[in-house]
Amino acid sequence: MTHTTVAPDDKRDVRRADKAAASDRSKSENRLGMKLVAPAIFLMLLVTAFPMLRALYLSVFNYSLTAPDDREFVGFANYWTALTDSLFWETTLNTVFIMVVTVAIELVIGFAFAMVMHRVIFARGVIRTSILIPYGIITVVSGFAWQFAFSNNNGFVNAWLPFVEDGFNWFGQYGSAMAAIMVSEIWKTTPFMSLLLLAGLAQVSEDMLEAAKVDGATWWQRLWKVILPNMRSAIMVAVLFRALDAYRIFDNIYVMTAGAQGTESISFLTYRQVIEQFQLGIGSALSVLLFLSVLLIAFLIVKIFRVDLAAARQEG
Amino acid sequence: MASRSSTPRPGRPRARRIAGSVATLALASSLLSACGGDGGTPTLNWYVNPDGVDTFREYAEKCSTDQYDIAVQQLPASATDQRTQLARRLAAEDSSTDIMNLDPVFVAEFANAGWLEEVPEDIATEITDGGDYLEGAADTVVWDDGVYAIPLWANTQVLWYRKSLAEAAGLDMSQPVTWDQVIEAAAAQGGTVGVQANRYEAYVVWINALMQGAGGAIVTDTEAGRDAKVELDSDAGREAAAIIQKLADSEAAQPDLTVSNEGTSLGQMFPEEGPGEFMVNWTFVYANYKGLVGAPGGPADEQEFEDLGWARYPATVEGEPSKPPIGGIDIGIGAYSEHPEWAMEAAQCITSTEAQVDLAVNDGLMPSTNSAYDEVAAGGEFPEDLLELYRTSVDEGGPRPKSPFYSQISSAVQSVWHSPTSVSPDSTPRESAQFLDDVLSGRSLL
Repeated sequence: MTHTTVAPDDKRDVRRADKAAASDRSKSENRLGMKLVAPAIFLMLLVTAFPMLRALYLSVFNYSLTAPDDREFVGFANYWTALTDSLFWETTLNTVFIMVVTVAIELVIGFAFAMVMHRVIFARGVIRTSILIPYGIITVVSGFAWQFAFSNNNGFVNAWLPFVEDGFNWFGQYGSAMAAIMVSEIWKTTPFMSLLLLAGLAQVSEDMLEAAKVDGATWWQRLWKVILPNMRSAIMVAVLFRALDAYRIFDNIYVMTAGAQGTESISFLTYRQVIEQFQLGIGSALSVLLFLSVLLIAFLIVKIFRVDLAAARQEG
Repeated sequence: MASRSSTPRPGRPRARRIAGSVATLALASSLLSACGGDGGTPTLNWYVNPDGVDTFREYAEKCSTDQYDIAVQQLPASATDQRTQLARRLAAEDSSTDIMNLDPVFVAEFANAGWLEEVPEDIATEITDGGDYLEGAADTVVWDDGVYAIPLWANTQVLWYRKSLAEAAGLDMSQPVTWDQVIEAAAAQGGTVGVQANRYEAYVVWINALMQGAGGAIVTDTEAGRDAKVELDSDAGREAAAIIQKLADSEAAQPDLTVSNEGTSLGQMFPEEGPGEFMVNWTFVYANYKGLVGAPGGPADEQEFEDLGWARYPATVEGEPSKPPIGGIDIGIGAYSEHPEWAMEAAQCITSTEAQVDLAVNDGLMPSTNSAYDEVAAGGEFPEDLLELYRTSVDEGGPRPKSPFYSQISSAVQSVWHSPTSVSPDSTPRESAQFLDDVLSGRSLL
């Protein structure tokens, strides 16, 4: 940023000099960096690359665990089966629906919580801790807790909501079952969102806010013109992480509906093929497709927010 | 090493740390080898489903010898969870899975995967020679000309009904009755017919029994694996669909037909108002009502309990004998067990006549052999005609398809035949046959 005051011609020279000077230092730094991460990369490859390659390999076979002798090479037939099957698209649509709704709601609530945690002046520890408690609870437990809460036999939700009959079965039809699943998901992961946003909030300099205040900006203007633009990379990271997590939703569905009433997600479909039906071939193909769609979502989010990740880490 | 770590030199923390971790490793490995039991008595793990666990524990102790101890490990309650848990262990070649309680439909799947030790010929012949073992039970352990498990107890379904209801409808229960007769009789008298038609395994049990009663089967030539012949689109399939449609459209259908299971229709037998029901259900029903005399959901008094009748599973087609469903538990031996001979010996002890009688008397789980039935009958715990009905039902019953792809077959059938209110003989058998064919050949997702 300091270079902006330098004349155009000099600027180029300075940059070049900068680059040349940096290269010696950065070369040795890079070498050291590589040495430092090498053991971790090796370990990661060992535990992640093998199963991934194995899944790729298995996905081109028609292979059932209960009929190992009947295994046959089918090329990309499993992918074709999955991509032409309406069930695959229904579950994908379902998953995208869950992802969009939960991330949107979590972003709003999470931001409010982050503001509270950032600005709170009394009982800071207690308030911050109580906001974070749901995130410390295991998803399966949260799923069960909400399942009991929504149950029409012993739950309290029906009694609390004025417009719902007492005997209403939340898990009896698509809409309400999805609502229950999403409530559990939102309750459990909003704290994570707010934690990431809190880190972003802390980066917004007080000087800028003071300056805006002096210039007569209202609270609303300060939020939209100063705070949010300066948090863009933090918001992107929060949305990215949560979106990828939400896209792989499994536990809540498994616990609350076990996929009934059309509430299956793409992870659940994959689980059923591999774990319940023992169909390793088509199951692996589905998990490869799941992996590719996660990559695609990550790419899209990075593109939409137009954030340079390196800049976000203040390396630029 | 241990002595060095116990007298650490303060000046050399690194050496101390290394010595410490080496000591930890040594300790850990000695603990691990202790678990392996060299020198001690080896333990055989017996994975049991949650029915009759107390009796299983008793026999685990009785059947332990000086050479080995048997430890009972309990599996989850649902059959699907039992199957996945065992399969995960066996697929990983777990050497600590020695003895397993298997639902009959798992036997073909597990045996074909090479996860079950084949039963030695002398025991196998005893099971299959048609002597002591009831045919329906013995049939569940055979796969591809081999015997892969030993039947422990055998379950079956019979038709439970209120004698007063049948009498009022003028139905002669001493003769075999058909589904049509039962549905019409119940509807005419304001009674109901209890079945299992939720989207789960027992619905397939019903469909399978209906089709077999009409001389058909869901699939044949199951040993061909994926190339098994799908027979749903047949006269038997249409007969089965017609009966389900008839019940769903009838006033005799229970309000929760589409989510009905083994428990939901129990309460309709002795309702506060109304003549009761006809219900197909497993053998636990007798002990259930006997224990509920005077209690809510059960008969009001002994006299009303006497009104509970039982008859052979209804026929699909008049004049053709019904094929009652078969369930129960078979004992299998893990192929990766470290002590297969001992495990086989233990399995024989666990499935002894004495054990089968105890399971019947203590837990109401009916035997798989004639000799055990004779002893249970002599005990006088159950009415003699009821025991005779169970015995014939198991002997002449029809198993579900034995196939390494059974779980896919079952799920595919469920997905098209549920809900029972949408079943039609014109479309359901044809559509389900097409879908099952696609699923088996990998052209469709399930």
